[in-house]
Amino acid sequence: MKASGTRLALRIALTHLLAKKKQTFVAMMGVTFGISMFIVMISFMQGINDFFMDLTLDGSPHIRIYNPAKIDRPPLLALRYDSTSNWLVVRHQRPKNEAIRLKKGVQMLDNIRKMPEVQQASPQLATQAFFHNGPIEFAGNVVGIDVKAENQMYKLYEKMESGSIDKLLTNREGIMIGERLAAKLNVVVGDRVSVTMPTGATFLLKVVGIFSFGISTIDDTRSYVQLQTAQKMLARPSDYFTDMHIRLKNYRTASALAPGLEHLYGYRAETWEVANASIEAGEMIRNVLTFVVSLTMLVVAGFGIYNIMNMTIVNKMRDIAILKATGFESREITNIFLLQSLIIGISGGLMGLAAGALISYGIDQIPFPARDIIKLDTFPINYRWYYYAAGLLFGAITTVLAGYFPSRKAAKVDPVAIIRG
Amino acid sequence: MQTTTSHPIVIEAQGISKTFFDPNPFLVLDHISFQVEKGAFVSLVGKSGCGKSTLLYVLSTLDTEYEGKLRLGGELVTGFDQDRLARFRNEHLGFVFQFHFLLPEFSALENVMLPALKLGKYSAEEIEVRAMEKLRLVGMEDFALKNAMKLSGGQQQRVAIARALINDPMVIMGDEPTGNLDKKNSLIVLDILKELAAVNQQTIITVTHDQEFAERTDRILQMEDGKLL
Ligand SMILES: Nc1ncnc2c1ncn2[C@@H]1O[C@H](COP(=O)(O)OP(=O)(O)OP(=O)(O)O)[C@@H](O)[C@H]1O
Ligand SMILES: [Mg+2]
Repeated sequence: MKASGTRLALRIALTHLLAKKKQTFVAMMGVTFGISMFIVMISFMQGINDFFMDLTLDGSPHIRIYNPAKIDRPPLLALRYDSTSNWLVVRHQRPKNEAIRLKKGVQMLDNIRKMPEVQQASPQLATQAFFHNGPIEFAGNVVGIDVKAENQMYKLYEKMESGSIDKLLTNREGIMIGERLAAKLNVVVGDRVSVTMPTGATFLLKVVGIFSFGISTIDDTRSYVQLQTAQKMLARPSDYFTDMHIRLKNYRTASALAPGLEHLYGYRAETWEVANASIEAGEMIRNVLTFVVSLTMLVVAGFGIYNIMNMTIVNKMRDIAILKATGFESREITNIFLLQSLIIGISGGLMGLAAGALISYGIDQIPFPARDIIKLDTFPINYRWYYYAAGLLFGAITTVLAGYFPSRKAAKVDPVAIIRG
Repeated sequence: MQTTTSHPIVIEAQGISKTFFDPNPFLVLDHISFQVEKGAFVSLVGKSGCGKSTLLYVLSTLDTEYEGKLRLGGELVTGFDQDRLARFRNEHLGFVFQFHFLLPEFSALENVMLPALKLGKYSAEEIEVRAMEKLRLVGMEDFALKNAMKLSGGQQQRVAIARALINDPMVIMGDEPTGNLDKKNSLIVLDILKELAAVNQQTIITVTHDQEFAERTDRILQMEDGKLL
């Protein structure tokens, strides 16, 4: 009985919609526009988010453990004098001259590699350095790495422009240089490059590879050597390193793990989120933008439907009076008009999804204008089924809301007032 | 049903009054009381503006703003909520309005079918067959598939009569149901209604200005200035 009532309401709703095709089409286009905009915005913005996220996680550790130079130690005077009852002024306090190494790093590395959450951990000894091209010096840095571990973590082999990782593995004198730095130094694989350490010592190394991360700040300054080579260049023992990079099985667990590591080893454990706070800020801004633009579109579409439904109901006063007089209940009257609004919403929404997918695909084909700064061929677009599900859901919600109030008004029409004429 | 010789009362109005406040309060219906028996064909006559339509809207349960009591088929419908009244109308009342009122987007046949589809007593196929029968009764079967808007005034009125009959209602109410019809068709409708009252024992109350029409019905209710004479 109830199902037949809904079917009847649907039949009347469809008849009404088909009787004014043009108006129905215009209302549908409003929804189509709103939803397609939502799809394009979210696909594109999330595409950018994911691209930056991948880029970040590709080139930086999930957790980085290092020994921060302690500047904020209490002044020695404070130990002699009670600082709560005396004024102590120590101007421009310097840090102690202690090595910023990770003590017992080798054992720490073993332990961390055994943790179940950890995929790989790699020691690093990073230092500033000057690279020479004839009389000109370029500032950069030399990173001593455990080549195998580092390669696993950052897929260095994928980033090689020329030369090979294996050469670095076997050559104690070998150095791998970032693409842009190599260009500035005017070197290719097989050439020699002279590097001056902060200690003043200068070394002549053989270029075994040139890499590109696609991030200009890295490609412009970074170079890799074997960990042992870096230790030798800085005249440090073979268990000396300053950083440890950790790659987790799931990068989302980083902030949960980091405090434990800090507590256990007494060093700073910095997660990728902290190190790349600007990424998160950018992501948030893009999310807000997506939300605001989509919402505006949907609200505009909603008002369109609201208007059209209101007009429809004014035009259909006589019909409503007849339906009520011949026995239709208020709920069924509401349904007739709510269904019209819903049909506009769903069909407009479906067309919006199709249009959104098409436009997204179109954007996906546009070459990215700054290809030499960021490794990106075309504008990034994410295709996720749940964007489309959300789009359809929003469309349905908007139209139901927009249709609800006019439909309620329809149900309240007093048939006598109209039939009396 | 009809075991007793005296017919049961189908319409019972008890002291029905209604006041309009536009612009000054005036009593359109002034303590109207009467009874109509099952199977009776009653006509309601009176000068224009005396309150016939207003009374009919109260009797048809469309207008609920009145004082007094109304019983239809023995049930006290005064005080029913709107949805219950709608269901009651759908099942028990057929109505032909003073101005022909059809749904413009639908065909004549669909207009007749809608109240039956709403009632849901028969399948859609059966309803279509029954609707065709009713259209044949008023001589409109040839126009069944024509859009309601494209029918003449008299044709629309006949479709409206067919629609009022579709659920075999206990009471059929008409506000000048033959107002737009020529003499011949008017007499045809009169005969149909007479037969429904006599054979199907359906109760009929119609407003009419046609003296001849009124005289052919079982009983005449005369109204004047909101009072029943
Ligand atoms: N909504 C209203 N507000 C105020 N007065 C009204 C309203 N509707 C009708 N009236 C008045 O009530 C009186 C009765 O009207 P009604 O329509 O019942 O007359 P009627 O007997 O059906 O006349 P007719 O034969 O011309 O159809 C008239 O004087 C009319 O002007
Ligand atoms: Mg009247």
